[in-house]
Amino acid sequence: MSGAEVELETDRCVASGQCVVAAGQVFDQDDDGIAVLLAERPAPEHLDDVREAVAVCPAAAIRLLER
Amino acid sequence: MNRIVVVGASAAGLAAAETLRREGYEGTLTLVGDEPHAPYDRPPLSKQVLAAEWERDRLPLRRPGELAALGLDLRLGTAATGLDTARRRVRMADGGDVPYDGLILATGVRPRRLPGGGAHVLRTLEDALALRERLAPGRHLVVVGAGFLGAEAAAVARGLGVQVTLLEPAAVPLAHAVGEEIGRVLSRAHADRGVRLRCGVTVTEATGGGVRLADGGAVEADEVLVAVGSAPNTEWLAGSGLTVADGVVCDAYLEAAPGVYAAGDVARWLHPLSGTSLRIEHRTNATGQGMAAARNLLRPEARRPFAAVPYFWSDQYGMRIQAHGFLRGHDEVAVVEGALDDRRFVAAYRTGDRVGGVLAVAMPPAAVQRWRQAVAHRAPWGEHVRVTV
Ligand SMILES: Cc1cc2nc3c(=O)[nH]c(=O)nc-3n(C[C@H](O)[C@H](O)[C@H](O)COP(=O)(O)OP(=O)(O)OC[C@H]3O[C@@H](n4cnc5c(N)ncnc54)[C@H](O)[C@@H]3O)c2cc1C
Ligand code: SF4
Repeated sequence: MSGAEVELETDRCVASGQCVVAAGQVFDQDDDGIAVLLAERPAPEHLDDVREAVAVCPAAAIRLLER
Repeated sequence: MNRIVVVGASAAGLAAAETLRREGYEGTLTLVGDEPHAPYDRPPLSKQVLAAEWERDRLPLRRPGELAALGLDLRLGTAATGLDTARRRVRMADGGDVPYDGLILATGVRPRRLPGGGAHVLRTLEDALALRERLAPGRHLVVVGAGFLGAEAAAVARGLGVQVTLLEPAAVPLAHAVGEEIGRVLSRAHADRGVRLRCGVTVTEATGGGVRLADGGAVEADEVLVAVGSAPNTEWLAGSGLTVADGVVCDAYLEAAPGVYAAGDVARWLHPLSGTSLRIEHRTNATGQGMAAARNLLRPEARRPFAAVPYFWSDQYGMRIQAHGFLRGHDEVAVVEGALDDRRFVAAYRTGDRVGGVLAVAMPPAAVQRWRQAVAHRAPWGEHVRVTV
């Protein structure tokens, strides 16, 4: 657990799967390809991968709120 | 390095700026954009924005706080007008001069237009809002060019009850990109929805009341949308010493000159996977290249060629199209999963003896990922594709 929280706007998602490639422990895709959040508060060791997912998501659908 | 300038404040430029900060760059970071808006996203313009499902407040790529956290010297609504690579300065429209130690060019492309006036193009937020204002049930829209952009706009307009005529110079839409058979399958979706598709027609002029054709004919319409490709924004680089040839010419590392990198739609680089010099107008390419250019600029000793597998998606009539790799110039196409007639399939594209690219329509993520892997590993064609024609 960490203080950082992932926010996913599924209605923006275009099903590219980039987040799953970047951070497979935190993201998955449903049958239509829409991203699914596996961990709202990812473990600290996954945060860099989540930052990568935020950066590569072509729909700007992911945010990492750090506090 | 204490002064980095990024020109072009959209997907590629923003990704470059963010990556510089993430990688620990603490110096001055100037982001120059000639549009008055903070970086916003373009793909929704021909989809949710045109359909009036999204208002403009959903378009910014980052929230104001996220942008502020980057500590940018942000110059919006100002164009860069010249580049002096010898003195390492960017000339600005307001007469100023911005010095740099490192420079990233991300000025994108602009739509090609037709002679004559009054036609719409679709590249900016203003373009999308102007077109959407004119779309109402019963009105007639002519779309010139049945590429992905024109096809998306036609689909949205049909959904709004607009009469749509789609004019395409080629015999089959998208044939050069995805092959004839798949091009035909994708364009059948338009016919099913009542779009009038006319192929093999060349438009010479937009007249205000429609378009004029090369064969002397004309098509009358209330509105005309021209979607016939784009041209890189490189004029301002004249005299800079950079090589410009349909884009800023870069090496495999996206470097155009010492300390000068390019990224996104404007960059022509040597792709190690394909062995050719190319320019790609895809959203993920813009982000990926922005990130790669930033890293290579910051750490030249650890620099890496940009070799990502190209990825593209498009939405038409609720049908999601996804493409990985290289489809253009393929030697053979084979349907490897699903069926063309269901408009639910994966098609593999052979280049030489390898799987060079795949195109998936309405397929689940596992299938798409599996084939993406085959493309990424340039899998041997014979082992992966059992041709069942
Ligand atoms: C309507 C539309 C729909 C699309 N849909 C998809 C899709 O579904 N899937 C997909 O993969 N891709 C899609 N794309 C393509 C994708 O949007 C582009 O690949 C991406 O925007 C490229 O980003 P960029 O930052 O390289 O260039 P751009 O987004 O073009 O940004 C360049 C910026 O630089 C500015 N600029 C230019 N010259 C200067 C100058 N001299 N000084 C200062 N600023 C300057 C421009 O005004 C612009 O703001 C679509 C594009 C459009 C237009
Ligand atoms: S990267 Fe973004 S668009 Fe792609 S599947 Fe993940 S959330 Fe959706």
